[in-house]
Formats: sequence, C-alpha cells, structure tokens
Amino acid sequence: MMRFFRSAFVIARRDFAATVLSKTFIFFLLAPLFPLLFGGTFGSMSARIASRTAKPVVAVVSTQADFARLAGARDDLAQALGEDNVPKIIHYAPQPNAAAQVKTLLAGTDPPIRAVLTGGLDNPHLTGPIAGDGGTVGQLRLLIGNARASAASEPTLPVTSVQTSSGSISNDRAVTAQIAQTLLFVLTILLSGMLLSQLIEEKSNKIIEVIAAAVPIDAMFVGKLFAMLAASVTGLVVWISAGALLVQMIKHGGVATLPAPAVGWWGFLALTIVYFAMNYLLLGAAFLTIGAQASTAREVQTMSMPVTFGQMLLLLFASAAIGAPDSTAGLAAAVFPLSSPLTMLARAAERPEWWPHVVAILWQALWVGLILRMGSQLFRKTVLKSGPRTKWWKLGRA
Amino acid sequence: MLRQRTDDRLAVEAVDLVKEFDKTRAVDGVSLSVPTGSIYGLLGPNGAGKTTTLRILIGIIDPSSGTRRVLGRDRPLEAASEVGYLPEERGLYPAMHARDAIAFMGALRGLPIHEGRRRADELLDEHNLGEWAKKPIRSLSKGMAQTVQLLGTIVHRPKLIVLDEPFAGLDAINQGRLEELIRRETRNGATVLFSTHVIAHAERLCERVAIIAKGKVAFDGGVDEARSQLRPIVRLRTRASDGAWRSAIPSGARREGDEWVFELPEGGPEPLLKALIDGGAGIETLAIERPGLHDAFVAIAGNKAAAAMGQEKVQ
Repeated sequence: MMRFFRSAFVIARRDFAATVLSKTFIFFLLAPLFPLLFGGTFGSMSARIASRTAKPVVAVVSTQADFARLAGARDDLAQALGEDNVPKIIHYAPQPNAAAQVKTLLAGTDPPIRAVLTGGLDNPHLTGPIAGDGGTVGQLRLLIGNARASAASEPTLPVTSVQTSSGSISNDRAVTAQIAQTLLFVLTILLSGMLLSQLIEEKSNKIIEVIAAAVPIDAMFVGKLFAMLAASVTGLVVWISAGALLVQMIKHGGVATLPAPAVGWWGFLALTIVYFAMNYLLLGAAFLTIGAQASTAREVQTMSMPVTFGQMLLLLFASAAIGAPDSTAGLAAAVFPLSSPLTMLARAAERPEWWPHVVAILWQALWVGLILRMGSQLFRKTVLKSGPRTKWWKLGRA
Repeated sequence: MLRQRTDDRLAVEAVDLVKEFDKTRAVDGVSLSVPTGSIYGLLGPNGAGKTTTLRILIGIIDPSSGTRRVLGRDRPLEAASEVGYLPEERGLYPAMHARDAIAFMGALRGLPIHEGRRRADELLDEHNLGEWAKKPIRSLSKGMAQTVQLLGTIVHRPKLIVLDEPFAGLDAINQGRLEELIRRETRNGATVLFSTHVIAHAERLCERVAIIAKGKVAFDGGVDEARSQLRPIVRLRTRASDGAWRSAIPSGARREGDEWVFELPEGGPEPLLKALIDGGAGIETLAIERPGLHDAFVAIAGNKAAAAMGQEKVQ
C-alpha cells in the first residue's frame, strides 16, 4: 500500500508542478475574469442601447402651469414604476406657428423627440411616429388624467422597513445555491478538459509506457487526479480570496452583508471545496477513463461531447433540488452519485443540518473509489491490451 | 508452473508465454531463461513478437497464458525498483529539464528525488551532457534526448535493464557509446536484456540470444551455440573451371562471383584439399570461415526473416 501511495505521489508531484508552474496556469487563474469582463461589456452595451430606446422623450408644448401639473403626475408614476419605465417629458413654450414648431421639434436630434404633445391639459393632441407604441400613448393618457385630477388628495401609507424576511432569505439562499452549483459545474468541466489534454499529451509522448512499466495503473490514475485537484483547489482558493476581497472593497459593509448560506459562510466554503473535490474526482475519473481510450485530441473531442451533454443533464437534475432539497427529485439527485456533489452543495446553502453532508461525502468517496478502479481496469484492457477477457460488469470486482 | 523458490542464477524466466490480441497470437509459447549478470539479446524481425514479449516480462501487460518470473518475483511490478526499462517508442516530457526527467524516472522506481537529481548530474557529466542538465528536453537533439532517457533507465542502478530496440535512431558514435554503457552496467553486476533486429549488435554484445520469429522462440542459447548449428563455410577460387576436382564440391554449393561457397563437408578440410589438388583444381584461394550469427539466424529463422532483418542498416 505504501508503494501505491508513493507512486501516486510521484505522479501527482510531477503533474502538479508541471501545471501550477506553467505560464498557462496564470491564464487559468484569470479565467473567472473573462465572464465578468464579458458581462460588464455586454451589460453596459445593453444598458446604453436600452437608455436610448426604452425612454422616449416627449416634447410638451404648453403653458408652464400645465407642464408643472403634468411633470408632477409623471414623478408620481415614476416613483411607482421606476424612472426608466416612464416617458421623459420636456417643456417647450408655444410658438405662433404651432404646425411649424411641431415639425421642427420632430426633426430635432438634441434631444431626439419621439412625439409632441400640444393643446395643453384641456385639449391634448399627440403627434409623432408612435402608431405601434401603445405603451407610451397609454402612459401619456394616464399622466394627463392624473394631472387633471391633481386636486384629489394622495392616500397615506406608513412604511416600516426591515432588512430581511423569510421570503427574501429563502430567495437569496436559492440564488446562492444556484450560483454555487453553476460555478462548480463550469469549473469541473474546465478541469476535466485539462486532465484529458494532459493524458493525451502523455500518450502521444509515449511517457505512459515508462510510467506503466514502473507503477501500478491505479496509482497513476490516482496521482493524476489528485494533482489536478490540488492545482484546481489552488485556483479555487485564489478565486474565493480575490472575490471576497473585491466584495469587501466595492460593497458597503463587505462580505458580512451577503446573505449567509444555511450552514454559515465558513461551513459553506469548506463544503464547496469538499464537494468540488468529489465532483471533480467522480467526473474527472470518468473523463480520464474516456481519455485513456482515445489516442488523438479529435477522438477525445468526439468522445467527450456526449459526456459533456451528460454533465449538463446532471446539472439540470441537481438544480431540481434548489428550493426543494427534500423533494423526491431533490433526494434522488442527492443519492445519484454523479449529481450528488452538486445537489448537496445546493442543500448546504438552504438547509442547516450537517449529518446529510457526512453521509453524502462517504457515499461519494465510495463511488470515487469504484470509478477509479473501473477506469484503471478499462485502461489496462483497452489501452495496454492486458489481462484476461472480463465482462464489463465484472470490472469493478477485478 | 514455475517453481516458487528464487533462483538467483536466473534474472528472468518465462515459461510458455502466450499473448493474443483479439484473434492474433502475437506471442506463441515463448520460454526464456536469462542468466543473472549476462547480456541477453532477443533477435527477430519487426513484428516477430519481441516488444510484446518484453512488455509481458516487465509487467506492462499480462500474458493470456503462461508464467514469468522477474528477479525472483512472479509479479514483475513488485520488482519495479530493481528494473530499468527503455521502451521502443521513446517518451519524455518536452518541458521538463534533462536532470529532472532523469530524476523523475528514478523516482518512479523508488529513488528519492534529491538523490535522483544528484545522480542525474553525475550521469549527464559522464556523458558530456552536463551543460544540458537544466535545459528543457525539447531543446535537446534526438540523440541527446535518447541518451537522457537511457540515463533515466539506469539512474536507480537496477539489477535488470530491459532495453527495447535501444540502438534504433542512434548514429554510429552513439551506438558505440551505448554498447560500452551496456558492457559497463554488466561489469557492475546488472543483467541486460535487449531486443534488436540488427544482428551485428547482438553478435558484438551478447553471450546468449533468443531468436524469435512469428511469436515463437526458434532458438535460445549461447551465440557460439547458435553458430555451431552451422558447419564452417568454405570459399574457394580455382584456376581450372572444370575437371575431376568438381566431384569434391558438395551439390548445394553456390557461386558468388568467381568463388564457390559451400559448407565444409563432414570429413573436414583434409579430404577436401586432397580431392581438389588431386583433381587438378589449381587452388587460387581457399578460406574456411566460421559462420556468423547472421548465417545462424538464416539457418534458424529462415531466409524471409533474415531478409526482414536486413532492412535495417548496420552501423
């Protein structure tokens, strides 16, 4: 047994050093920045587009008094619906040639006018290309109605503000669960891909022959998996620390103001690392087994595509547990070994009990062992063409 | 079944090894005995089953049937720390430094990494590669990289060194160096088992050879023993083209240019000489040659196998 662990350690040490000390690992560490950058860029672009399209500017040609009442009605509506959801209005004093003024306003570009309201509150008339924009017309009709009835008194509604309610905690925890699941899923796919590439590289370098002649295949599998796990945990620690630092810097009150998961932040972070490890070991072992059968990158791509789709199904299965971890679907997803880590992480966000996690981790560890054993047997048989012919369902016992 | 006690006189024993891949029998009842401390050659053309036999012997693959025993152990991987193996298809991590590559290969065989680095530096210096110790493998020439891998094979000072086609891809100078390295390791007590399809290397290095053809061992024994399976060869050039002396020439004799080439008749050289002189052959030259391993190989494995072996240039 000592020889097994020593061999696995030699493989793991080499792979870990080769991964972490390579220049490409910096790109790996920077990986989470890309979705953020994309999100930021496209978010600001859409916001800019939305600001141009979603807030039509209506020119109001009226007396100052009428405009003041209309503006008051608009402010009331904006408070209820949000500033961005109500047309912007700008006042213009009437000119002698009303028709020419309307034409000039519609042709102007600073600001671009969508429509012109003339005739004051008594005899309003809207001119502009708004035939298909029933929303703007309807809102203006409402504004004019409210402005005309401005004499009516506004009902009072006393408000007592609290920080959270059970509904908001439940929602926040569900969001935490979903984010954690998605992050775990993406990270696992990323790392499984890296592991595959490494194995293919070794097969094409023929190093695998040197290793297979010196150490047991199981030890090689375990060494490779744990090396990538250690590299990814390094990445995870860097990302979590950087994320916490960022939140601390940009959010008033820092990380303490974030909605705490049901097991608490420290427990949740510990479970994130454990479930990430389990998820990676389970899926990584499956990927390694697939990679071992392939001899070229193209073959790997072909073989890994259905597996990736399978992983997405697992994510969907696991996400069924969010908000209802004790439902039949939630329990089934927690018991099924390949979806168990994702499901249990979501549970950690939503339920405070610890014992289900102890049971789940033991259950997942058992399956990690089984899959590794099957993977190495399959590797010996299909790649090294070794051993007697065994039925596939007996591989686990071999 | 092999006997369970350890026989120190044999580094490798194999009995009736068979390996089938689907419906192809790559190794067909191979039995070998490699004496401890010897240089043992596995000779045969490409596809004869040499590599598969070696892979079975060191435990990369298991045989379909038959047994093997390496350094007294039935499971070859249990002897991994005492075995060095250079595969036919060489492989190193391109980004790894030469000394780290050697130390890594030693570590795989149980040598502590710091000791592996120390020995790697020594070995690289000995082989005039000291200045390349901290250079990545990808910057080395093919011959240098091959030497690095060979040094990685012996860095843990194994008792048994298994080399699969070690001379392939090396130039004449490096082939000579490798031959010297093999001899030195044997002088230091190691057993060397190597496969080759170049007879000249086996002839120069080996005390014992196994000739493999079509997955079967056609011969297993000493090089002299292989040669002694053939009678000495006579090369004769005469002034006379015909005469009574022709009756002394065996029926299987062949012409090579101006020469007659044939096996020395059972009676030996004296009756032959007498018959040639009495028959008026007018002997110009007469040479009696000891047969080479190549001749023995042709006789044992057949002309086809010999032709396949001849495809590789002997350096």
